[in-house]
Amino acid sequence: MTAQTDALPGEAATLPRPDAAPAPLWRGYRFELVKLLSQWRLRVVALVCWLGPGLVVAVISTATTLPTDTVFGRWMGQTGWAGSLVVLSFACAWVLPLLTSLVAGDVFAAEDRQGTWRHLLVAVRSPRRIFLAKALASLTVVLALVVGLAVSSVVGGLAAVGGRPLVGLDGQVLSPGHAAMSVMLAWAVVLAPTLAFSAVGLLGSVMFGRSPMGLLTPVALAFVLALAQLLPLPVLLRIALPSWSFLAWRGLFTEPAQIGPIVAGVVVDLVWALLAAVLAYAVFVRRDFTDPAYDGAGPRTVLSTLAPLAVLVAVSVAVLAAVTPTSGSGIDRPKLERSLATAYGHLYRLQTRELARPDVPEAQLNVGASCDKGGDLVEDAGPGNDWRCVVTWHIPGATAVGSAVYQLDATPDGRYVADGDGPQSVNGFFQVRTPTGDVPNPLWQFDGSVDLFTATTKG
Amino acid sequence: MQIGPAVRARGIVKSFGAVIALDGVDIDIAEGHVHGLVGPNGAGKTTLLGLLLGLAVADSGTLEVLGRPVRRALALPDGVAGFVDGPGLYPSLTARQNLVALASLRGDRKPGIDDALDTVGLTDVADDRVRGFSLGMRQRLGLAAALLSRPRLLVLDEPANGLDAAGTRHVHRVLGRLAAGGASVVMSSHRMDDLTALCTEVSLLASGRVVFSGPVSKLAAETGAIDYRLRTSDGAAARRLAESTPTVRVLPDDDLLQRQDAQALLVRGSVASLDDLVARLVGLGVAVRELCPVVSPLEAAYLALTGTEEDRGGDGPPSSPGQGSDDRTDDGINR
Repeated sequence: MTAQTDALPGEAATLPRPDAAPAPLWRGYRFELVKLLSQWRLRVVALVCWLGPGLVVAVISTATTLPTDTVFGRWMGQTGWAGSLVVLSFACAWVLPLLTSLVAGDVFAAEDRQGTWRHLLVAVRSPRRIFLAKALASLTVVLALVVGLAVSSVVGGLAAVGGRPLVGLDGQVLSPGHAAMSVMLAWAVVLAPTLAFSAVGLLGSVMFGRSPMGLLTPVALAFVLALAQLLPLPVLLRIALPSWSFLAWRGLFTEPAQIGPIVAGVVVDLVWALLAAVLAYAVFVRRDFTDPAYDGAGPRTVLSTLAPLAVLVAVSVAVLAAVTPTSGSGIDRPKLERSLATAYGHLYRLQTRELARPDVPEAQLNVGASCDKGGDLVEDAGPGNDWRCVVTWHIPGATAVGSAVYQLDATPDGRYVADGDGPQSVNGFFQVRTPTGDVPNPLWQFDGSVDLFTATTKG
Repeated sequence: MQIGPAVRARGIVKSFGAVIALDGVDIDIAEGHVHGLVGPNGAGKTTLLGLLLGLAVADSGTLEVLGRPVRRALALPDGVAGFVDGPGLYPSLTARQNLVALASLRGDRKPGIDDALDTVGLTDVADDRVRGFSLGMRQRLGLAAALLSRPRLLVLDEPANGLDAAGTRHVHRVLGRLAAGGASVVMSSHRMDDLTALCTEVSLLASGRVVFSGPVSKLAAETGAIDYRLRTSDGAAARRLAESTPTVRVLPDDDLLQRQDAQALLVRGSVASLDDLVARLVGLGVAVRELCPVVSPLEAAYLALTGTEEDRGGDGPPSSPGQGSDDRTDDGINR
């Protein structure tokens, strides 16, 4: 006879037994990890995350055409650190929400699909521990995938181009050590919105059950928020959205770093993560697992669950309005002029070094910028591709003042692309001739970033 | 020592919105017995099994499992195992991995996984992914998973679904051994042959109410007239005698029956009537070579609940569905 029958006790078994204890959380966590990692789909995703970025960065970095429309893309051929930041930009747009969908958005729905809820409940005997184990396991897997993206892209870039200095978004040249630290911090910053999207994924997975809507919730949210970020929304509302940190990390690459928007975005993300997780937990523990007709939460539950998230956005806007001096779009003429002049000064010195000319301190250059948006009839504020700026500086050893023209395309997130309009010898051509050959002209086109959190000046 | 019931339920009511799944269910399941739940779809079998597994609590009524009252979900004594709505298995894991994961969840250091797999006849496919398993194999693996916890109360929802003959034999053997070892088994099934072979007691549910609860033999005695196939050494004499017996009715020949055996005839009557008929046949020197119910008493009772008059093949069960437990009599039958 088997062990089962051998183990059957006799009459002593008729005594009332104590209630069975729930399985410890760490065992449930391990069980969830085993289930997640046994899925071939996730294994493929993990492989792609750990190998794909490195290969892509290595190939693109050595190509003649670089993704100049992506921030740091124009520097991919110059330094290996830029490749990781390009991957980060791309990941923030779609990859990270998609990863949270595939993992967190499916972790509860998979049990519905496989019909294993009742089995799991009987085995674990604690909905609370099941929820925590699933949440922790899915976050662990998401974290591992994000780390894979970061490590792979850095390794690919360094292997293909090397760890040379990186030019920041204010034209400042970052040493390899500084660049490495900033790249790591940038990836760390986006963990916060990834956490928020993961929590939203858990919420969708709990609410919609086996419906594809559960799986798609983070991606749908990312799509809606990406659309919102394209609109001319007030900067306070923009920062109050959980996708803001997907853009805010760029502030790490200016001097001084734009810490305010980053901190605000991270705090908003953490609150979103907490609230979405609490809502998901509340929906989960109220579910009746014996109800044969259950097919996801009803419309009333869905609406009452989403309402607190909408309230959170409103509260975030109110708090940000109270603690920050910014208003409107966060982009105005003085900010752009300051940012452009600073970037130009740094990049002018870079160009000077490339041309093997004597270095000039920025104090001597005394760079200034004068910008106008769309002519006299348009207010000089807000995003748009109709900014035209004239940069002036003092040429060392000469009484004349140099000037260069730029067309600026400023986007609502504070990023701008400065496109040089001449003179050709300064910023009108994409290459400059150096003693060692032609190299990309750092003053021809460059990316910049406006700190949206500083006070906006009217007029 | 006094042996108490493994399950004692009184006045259990459970609703899902406007749908009343269980409506005043009383049930006792003794230790060491295999208890069958029979009823049409929607009768409340799975809901009742779910309550026994602790997946939910009743809206009202009292439930005791292994001597302890169940007052909140999942607060059950150790030793309750089983599944409802199919065994919960993870298709991306192998059979062994499923059991290992489950055992590690419980922290069981001596899970006896190989024994469990062997018991249900799945040793050969232990390292195959469950994704490729047939329904019957999944059922057997689900049973193996339940056995890992060495249950004192095993709750199984349709465990015979998809089982082939060998699988059925494995499952019967396992459940029989468990009951012999003192454990109780509660199982629902639509396969009356399984229930008849395995169960010492059955409960018939209809519309959330128990319309019969007791031993199968008692159900046979209470079931009234059912159809029998009678084969004798002299078919014509048997037909004449049956037709002259007032409490026995000779039914029109069934094509299938005639193809199988031209000497056989179908008769309908109660157990007592058939006893009388057999005595008279023997008295006339007609050898009775076979006398067996066309459908089992359990199936006849079930069909009476769910089928048409033609399906029933008899005068029906002792009561009709829809009667409340208030009408319950001492013999466990609603009248």
